[in-house]
Amino acid sequence: MTTAEKYVTAAYCVIFGVVLAYVVLIALKLQRLEREVDELERQRPEVADDERETIHVG
Amino acid sequence: MSPVGRTYRIPLPALAAASLVLVTVALALVFFVVPNDADQGFSQRIFYFHVSIAFTAYACFAGGAWKALLHLWKRDPSADLESYVAVHQGLIFGSLVLLTGSIWARISWGHWWLWSEDQLVLFLVLFLFYAAYFMLRFSVDPGPQRANLSAVYALFGVVLIPVSFLAIRIAKHFIHPVVFTSNVSKNLPGSMLVTYCVAQAALLVLAYTLYRVELSGKRIDARLRELRLA
Repeated sequence: MTTAEKYVTAAYCVIFGVVLAYVVLIALKLQRLEREVDELERQRPEVADDERETIHVG
Repeated sequence: MSPVGRTYRIPLPALAAASLVLVTVALALVFFVVPNDADQGFSQRIFYFHVSIAFTAYACFAGGAWKALLHLWKRDPSADLESYVAVHQGLIFGSLVLLTGSIWARISWGHWWLWSEDQLVLFLVLFLFYAAYFMLRFSVDPGPQRANLSAVYALFGVVLIPVSFLAIRIAKHFIHPVVFTSNVSKNLPGSMLVTYCVAQAALLVLAYTLYRVELSGKRIDARLRELRLA
């Protein structure tokens, strides 16, 4: 492999690496958002219980 | 004001698939089809992506400025976030231009960077200008004031794009190669031109795909924040 070939390969690896790092960061962010959505979903029934009206029967 | 979602004609999976196919085809053309450049040899193969990435970065900054104008002009509620994401994409592609350019400079000039070259310094100025956009944006509390300041700043930056682009053509030394000139005989021959066009299309589609992915993430984030506050 010549020096030029090594540098050209390095350049394309840099491009691939930066795009990959970006995709990984976005994926991590989406994972965080998914966790937050789950958390909000878990909180919803609790709120609904608190807000439920108490009716005396009989 | 909450950023309003948009419906797009092209679905995101189709865009992602198109990016993958185009980038693969472009890489195959760069490494297996195009001949070596008579003047620069193998190292010229960097340019198919380096130049395409540079134009993509300009397109992202111009897109960011356009969205900023829409924010200021029509008060489009989603324009501020779209402008921010476009500038962010521009910065990512801008960093790739600097990195791949430096690698090419190392092969051809024997230096990673030359401060005497106007076109390199002008692109760095453009890059740093937009890097400062984020410092400005995150130094102001979220709200209309931040959106307006960011929009004005993004609009000012667009002036630097033609300066940076023309600097390569009006530079005194012409050390930085010019890919397209007004002299047709000096332009890229057939297979090289096709490869460049495919690489350019690939990078533009990739940038647009990443823009859409980041934008949808930011919109979900904003909606979640609103739900938490509600």
